[in-house]
Amino acid sequence: MPEPENHPDEAMEPAGGTGATMDLAQDEARGLERPPGHETAPGGTTEKPRSLWSDAWRDLRRNPVFILSALVIAFLVVISIWPGLIASGNPLSCNLANSQKGSAPGHPFGFDNQGCDVYTRVVYGARASVTVGVCATLGAAILGSVLGGLAGFFGGAGDAVLSRVSDIFFGIPIVLGGLVFLSVVTGTTVWPVIGFIVLLGWPQIGRIARGSVITARQNDYVQAARALGAGNSRLLLRHIAPNAVAPVIVVATIALGTYISLEATLSYLGVGLKPPTVSWGIDISQASSQIRNAPHMLLWPAGALSVTVLAFIMLGDAVRDALDPKLR
Amino acid sequence: MGRYVIRRVLQMIPVFIGTTLLIFFMVYALGDPVAAKCGDRACDPATAAQIRHDLYLDHPLWQQYLHYMAQIFQGDFGTAYNGQQVTELMGSAFPVTLRLTIVAILFEIVIGITLGVITGMRRGRPVDTGALVLTLIVISIPTFVTGYVLQYLLGVKWGVIEPSVSAEAPFNELIVPGLVLALVSLAYVTRLTRTSIAENTRADYVRTAIAKGLPRSRVITRHLLRNSLIPVVTFIGTDIGALMGGAIVTERIFNIRGVGFQLYQGILRLDSATVVGFVTILVIVFLAANLLVDLLYAVLDPRIRYA
Amino acid sequence: MTTEPTVPSVPTEPPLLEVRDLHVEFRTRDGVAHAVNGVSYTVSAAETLAVLGESGSGKSVTAQAIMGILDSPPGFVTQGEILFRGQDLLKMNAEDRRKVRGAKMAMIFQDALSSLNPVLSVGNQLAEMFIVHEGMSRKDAKSKAIELMDRVRIPAARDRVGDYPHQFSGGMRQRIMIAMALALEPDLIIADEPTTALDVTVQAQVMELLAELQREYSMGLILITHDLGVVADVADYIAVMYAGRIVETAPVHEIYRRPAHPYTKGLLASIPRLDQKGRELYAIKGLPPNLLHIPPGCAFNPRCPMAQAVCRADVPPLYEVSPTRASACHFWKEALDG
Repeated sequence: MPEPENHPDEAMEPAGGTGATMDLAQDEARGLERPPGHETAPGGTTEKPRSLWSDAWRDLRRNPVFILSALVIAFLVVISIWPGLIASGNPLSCNLANSQKGSAPGHPFGFDNQGCDVYTRVVYGARASVTVGVCATLGAAILGSVLGGLAGFFGGAGDAVLSRVSDIFFGIPIVLGGLVFLSVVTGTTVWPVIGFIVLLGWPQIGRIARGSVITARQNDYVQAARALGAGNSRLLLRHIAPNAVAPVIVVATIALGTYISLEATLSYLGVGLKPPTVSWGIDISQASSQIRNAPHMLLWPAGALSVTVLAFIMLGDAVRDALDPKLR
Repeated sequence: MGRYVIRRVLQMIPVFIGTTLLIFFMVYALGDPVAAKCGDRACDPATAAQIRHDLYLDHPLWQQYLHYMAQIFQGDFGTAYNGQQVTELMGSAFPVTLRLTIVAILFEIVIGITLGVITGMRRGRPVDTGALVLTLIVISIPTFVTGYVLQYLLGVKWGVIEPSVSAEAPFNELIVPGLVLALVSLAYVTRLTRTSIAENTRADYVRTAIAKGLPRSRVITRHLLRNSLIPVVTFIGTDIGALMGGAIVTERIFNIRGVGFQLYQGILRLDSATVVGFVTILVIVFLAANLLVDLLYAVLDPRIRYA
Repeated sequence: MTTEPTVPSVPTEPPLLEVRDLHVEFRTRDGVAHAVNGVSYTVSAAETLAVLGESGSGKSVTAQAIMGILDSPPGFVTQGEILFRGQDLLKMNAEDRRKVRGAKMAMIFQDALSSLNPVLSVGNQLAEMFIVHEGMSRKDAKSKAIELMDRVRIPAARDRVGDYPHQFSGGMRQRIMIAMALALEPDLIIADEPTTALDVTVQAQVMELLAELQREYSMGLILITHDLGVVADVADYIAVMYAGRIVETAPVHEIYRRPAHPYTKGLLASIPRLDQKGRELYAIKGLPPNLLHIPPGCAFNPRCPMAQAVCRADVPPLYEVSPTRASACHFWKEALDG
């Protein structure tokens, strides 16, 4: 090893003081913006720590896709709870005399087969879809996260059993399962549908939760916390969960959109929601045979359904882009 | 590699049992097959008892299941609502659905991968953004909606195709239904391919391939595509499940007398033999497809073989 | 502002590679990053030039520009010439340049695991060189591949030729990369941090192999690294880079003995030494500059202990320190003596 002649120490003190402004480090030639940091001698720069969440929120705020979809969803949630805000009529008050008529004053979307006002039914239909979507997602997310997370954390036999059980549920294509399961179930409320979607949907979220818990568990800070005497529940709640939850949120948000679509499909097939519940799927199903004569009966609820699903999926996409470290 | 295969096959067995048991349970425990056989009127006790005995329903559920499974392995799926053997219905229905599915998968692979490769290599440009938006919209519109819209536009308004498919369902009539069936999956394939290609284009081994002085075409086919398409291929395999569900809807819209049609009829008439029979076969197909895909994955990615 | 610096080297024969006043910039959405700002160096056959510098100094980008594998966009060569055996590579058409790559000049990368195609066998990737550049048959190419693996001392080459990269250890993977590089006996090899990802003992083995092969094939070798220790045994000349410019060049022994640039001095002083027990490790104050906003004048001036007003105003050219040395410091004399 060659020997440097000069000894560093004092000789390297800056002659003219540290008046010059320091430009901050950059990785390669590509820039990653960082806020102005503080200098510490003799050579490091410390910056304010930024968490994944604050970064993600900053990105989301600036993403027009997110803003647009969030607005649409907010609007949908509001009219689900208070449909009367924009629809004054009653979705169930129908007059057969008006069957299949086109739009008329006070009835912008026309009438359906039964003579019900399509506009009112479309507005009220939002409630069913949003309710099923939100409840099913919450249920599947909670069930999936808990089961998948515990399996990922503890591993062992429980994990193996969970994997096989998940495989069983994965082995049933969801529409197929819906046909079979829901056709034998009676009752006209939303709960059987929600229950079914949760039943077949939790493995997807469970798998993601398990994977991210396993990844988080392998981090050194978990070892460190354990060495400091942290018990399992503390580890799970305070250390692992906050770091493992991001992928679950992404999948759940996207799943919301697909669950709404699924509910509509099941209602269309006749095994989902049933009258007198107002659902877009039911309306589309009833309108389908008359598509030649009165396409408006089908197109309006179909359009509303598509916009709703699109809004949720766009939201999920935007959330994923914000939380995905690989795209930063 | 052999060990990997055996392991996967063994893993499949409990899953198969669990799935068929679950379906069996859902249909037989929750529903009432006897009432179905009698039609709209209630059965008199003697007939009901006779039917129960014929259908083996006077035994405990698990015995029923075993009995049913034994029958299946002998090729007997029972009798359908119209008196035909379920296997006969399957014989007429499966080829039709098979053709439909083949058309759909071809669309998915050809259009999906091509579009994905083009956009993946031109990331950020207008083609890419346009494709992203388009795929997002396609994913959001449920299959039955696109089905009706296309049926209306192409079948009724512009008269390009027949709105309903004939009973023999030849390939050319299945093109539009196949496209409808494939659309959502196609969109997913495009996005997945795009992401995979975009990631791999920046990869170190691609840089090495270029540094070796290989021609661009070889870098793309032999290095980039071979790596990028692995997740796509595995996705297509698992997507078969979604295609099966979508087939039910598509067949209903276009009046195709395939598996979905028979299944739907069986459900309408509460015919458990038909329902359980068809669904069991579909589940077997799905599991087999998944197994094949896993094997294919191991063939394509050597890192898996020795895991 | 920069004069046309040329690297003085003892001319024995026309240089194999001559880089003249190369400028490379990256156009990002935050602005233009000047990654390489007037770099010139030469490499002759059988000679090893070590290019030293921190991350962001431009050493890898220069190498990529030489090889023609620059990511473009966003990278662009805006000025300069790269003369390989007298021919300017930048003026060649893409197809001719491609033929030169791999066959006449080759590159070895840092991380062999990610730099090798994971789904193709090692033998396949080696044979590819012969199949594409020399039109060999697959059978012949395969035997050559086995030969190569033997040459870089991979045990049981014949059995392992069908194995995949992940089945080899780190050191062996790097040897495979070396084998791939010298498959067609190129005139020039560029090794970009070839040992950074390896253990120290394996490092030594790989460097030894590289030196041996270089001697055997009389290749020119550009060794890019940030590790001064690795360089001492292998290099003939050292070029130190900072912020996209060359700040000092010298034959290897002289630079260790008497550096002529404050940055080089700082790098040498940062090497931990056994007789420094109990003392705080020295590190150059501050950080490399943001390439989007390189400080005016000498880029090193904010961190330099000898900086004066002229340093903040004028970019120092490469002053000739001796027929074989140059330093881009206005006060190189003081640096040399102090």
